[in-house]
Amino acid sequence: MAREQPEQQAPPVQRLRIRYAKRGRLRFTSHRDFSRAFERAVFRARIPMAYSSGFNPHPRISYAGAAPTGSASEAEYLEIALAQVVDPADVAAQLEEALPPGLDVVAVVESPGGALADLLQASRWRLDLTAPPEPTGAALARFWATDEVIVERMTKKGLRAFDCRAAVVRAEVVETRADGGAGCAIDLVLRHTVPAVRPDDVLSGISAVSSEWAPGGPPLLTRVAQGPLDEASEQIGDPLARVGE
Amino acid sequence: MATTTTQLPGASVFPRLEPRLSSVAKPIQYVGGELNSTLKEWDCAPEGATVRWALMYPDAYEVGLPNQGVQILYEVLNERDWIVAERTYAVWPDLESVMRAGDEHGPIPQFTVDQHRAVRDFDLFGLSFSTELGYTNMLNALDLAGIPIHSADRTDLDPIVLAGGHAAFNPEPIADFIDAAVLGDGEEVVLAISEVVREWKGEGSPGGREEVLRRLAVSGGVYVPAFYDVSYGTASDAGAIAAVVPNRDGIPHRVRKHTLMDLDAWPYPAKPLVPLAETVHERFSVEIFRGCTRGCRFCQAGMITRPVRERSIETIGAMVENGIRKSGFEEVGLLSLSSADHTEIADVATGLADRYEGSNVSLSLPSTRVDAFNISLANEFSRNGRRSGLTFAPEGGSERMRKVINKMVTEDDLIRTVAAAYSHGWRQVKLYFMCGLPTETDEDVLQIAELAKRVIATGREVSGRNDVRCTVSIGGFVPKPHTPFQWAAQLDHETTDERLRKLRDLVREDRKFGRAIGFRYHDGKPGIVEGLLSRGDRRVGRVIEAVWRDGGRFDGWSEHFSYERWMTAAQTALQGTGVDLDWFTTRERTYDEVLPWDHLDSGLDKDWLWSDWEDALAVADGSSDVEVEDCRWTPCYDCGVCPEMNTEIQIGPTGQKLLPLSVM
Repeated sequence: MAREQPEQQAPPVQRLRIRYAKRGRLRFTSHRDFSRAFERAVFRARIPMAYSSGFNPHPRISYAGAAPTGSASEAEYLEIALAQVVDPADVAAQLEEALPPGLDVVAVVESPGGALADLLQASRWRLDLTAPPEPTGAALARFWATDEVIVERMTKKGLRAFDCRAAVVRAEVVETRADGGAGCAIDLVLRHTVPAVRPDDVLSGISAVSSEWAPGGPPLLTRVAQGPLDEASEQIGDPLARVGE
Repeated sequence: MATTTTQLPGASVFPRLEPRLSSVAKPIQYVGGELNSTLKEWDCAPEGATVRWALMYPDAYEVGLPNQGVQILYEVLNERDWIVAERTYAVWPDLESVMRAGDEHGPIPQFTVDQHRAVRDFDLFGLSFSTELGYTNMLNALDLAGIPIHSADRTDLDPIVLAGGHAAFNPEPIADFIDAAVLGDGEEVVLAISEVVREWKGEGSPGGREEVLRRLAVSGGVYVPAFYDVSYGTASDAGAIAAVVPNRDGIPHRVRKHTLMDLDAWPYPAKPLVPLAETVHERFSVEIFRGCTRGCRFCQAGMITRPVRERSIETIGAMVENGIRKSGFEEVGLLSLSSADHTEIADVATGLADRYEGSNVSLSLPSTRVDAFNISLANEFSRNGRRSGLTFAPEGGSERMRKVINKMVTEDDLIRTVAAAYSHGWRQVKLYFMCGLPTETDEDVLQIAELAKRVIATGREVSGRNDVRCTVSIGGFVPKPHTPFQWAAQLDHETTDERLRKLRDLVREDRKFGRAIGFRYHDGKPGIVEGLLSRGDRRVGRVIEAVWRDGGRFDGWSEHFSYERWMTAAQTALQGTGVDLDWFTTRERTYDEVLPWDHLDSGLDKDWLWSDWEDALAVADGSSDVEVEDCRWTPCYDCGVCPEMNTEIQIGPTGQKLLPLSVM
């Protein structure tokens, strides 16, 4: 007897874009961990998801530009496809209820179409360090004055060497840490490039040009914003803003 | 202890841990924050003393978190407003070095994932052992916690260290490390223990830990190894135990197992823990019954969990619905030792399949029984079309072997079953066997190849396709306490490996079928260590300690397990005892021998076990043809459990059907 073919799933009727935050101890959630938790949350919240076709249907969720494991974020984005039209505000409330505290929904809006990933061109990061502000400022100035800074990082494909300087749009030392402790912070705008340059790569780069400088204890990295980059003002726009706003 | 004096009891160590977590693999496993976890104040009791439990599954988080036993006890304990229960798991070596290196306050102690409290701050430290291979992880956790590894060295500042789980039916190898052990179902006894501890604490903890252990022991339901003296023989058979006797007044000679009756009254887990980290079981599981009376002679679980107690169809339906809504898991497993034996399994399967038709909720049944009925169940569970693979466990390769182990499946049964599977669109059948069973010869094991070839031939014939597959999976048999095979000699690992090599060659060289048959097995060495720990006595504790001191951890993981380390430790630690590794493993025992677990009462009548062992040997040489039926369907065969434990079989059918959810 031939095996029956799986049922074809109906096409989505609505797409929603979601901004969420990764806070506190849940900053240690990896992207894979998050996607599993999110799939369970949409099921618990009974959100009318559209499913992929096949023997093993999955809810249709597109992730874009996830922050590295261990870094906190106020600005992560994803898009979900739905089988029914719903009120985005209801989905926000239902997801907030179904997700564990620390994975928090910030905003839900209807998608105007197009690719969400295309809007995520750069990120603004806050790097909280235990190193004092003055030497950090000096080291950063030296980094800024260098055209190319090669750093190495272990990736899934082995040890990779790449330039971490070109992706830096802006970098400034902030005198106080977010938690008020001793040290300082770096306010950093990073362009999304291939291969991706991460904020910890920039810290390696700063150390590379100033061998006497080190960030101190393990830095706390927080993505503050993510979105379209205005090259002139070096500002990051809101990827969920309606066109024309 | 230096590890905790810098902090108030119950304070979180997370601020010390957090800055270091980025340097270890998968840090999410150490941060807690699971959905449905319960966070309580350290002093939560509205009046009187708070009783605090740290519960540990002594393996990595990804294995330990889904464990049903721990989840159930965690929930049952936390339902009481005067109890705090938190969970802890074994940390991987990378975090272990970070914790041992510590910070300006000293080492970072073993912590709970719920609120990162030091394990040593709790009143009770309960460990659930599904397997003996977690013993070194227990020693490591105790040491990291700052708790002396030997119970004799502990003070009133240390928690009571308590072992449970199937391995606790012979806790003698860890007798020096635990303060107490509990046999059987934990739901009621953890509450009873908590009551005793609460009362004792309320009185100002008179007499210290000795007194609270005494109060627990006199009940007859908690085993305190230190209250029993073990003496060994001095005659020519030097080495065997001479006697195990209580060394204090009022301590019972035997300690009884616990049996939970009326499972419908205990529908746990009701708040299933959903981790952020990936774990080995990504599904919600409902235990549809406890116990098994099929009488497979190798099966410790089937022997020590008697009698059979079913959950009713209505409770199962309600637990499934509640579980998936609370967890968000879309896969549901119906657990038990032989799920197809539930008296209403067909109605359960149809009812659940109807309820969740058209949704993406999928159901699975660990299918081990070999009969065609199982296929119709499997079909019901895969209505939406996903028919990947089915698993059956004939366990023995030859007809003779299956009779010896009392697995009443003929070759024709098996062929009929797989024919039904392949004709219903299943493409892959997995067959599970054991190697090293009592009286087994090469010929018995080589029979597995013939069986697998016949399975493929049948599959090709009935499906008309050439792409059917059969995977043969083989585990080494380890004789276990409280089974008819507790007297059996374990097969040495050289012979095990040699037999499996011959079988593999026989399968591989077959041109017609060889490529359609997959072959999975493990070498025999870990089984010998498991055998030592399963049937060991108190002298084996020194071996475990030596292995741990030499760096042994995570013995259930092949990449961490070192046979050589265990062999070296066994050689040195057992010196002067007159016994050795072989004595514990490959030696057949006699009727008269005092077994290390004889004073621990699983309810099974030792004489019944012995006569069942003799029956197995008689069947083996053809002098008898006796079979032990399942007492669920046939009259009692006097294994002894029900009268000894004052329990009874609890089964349906109830005659109820599952209604569609919209009607409810």
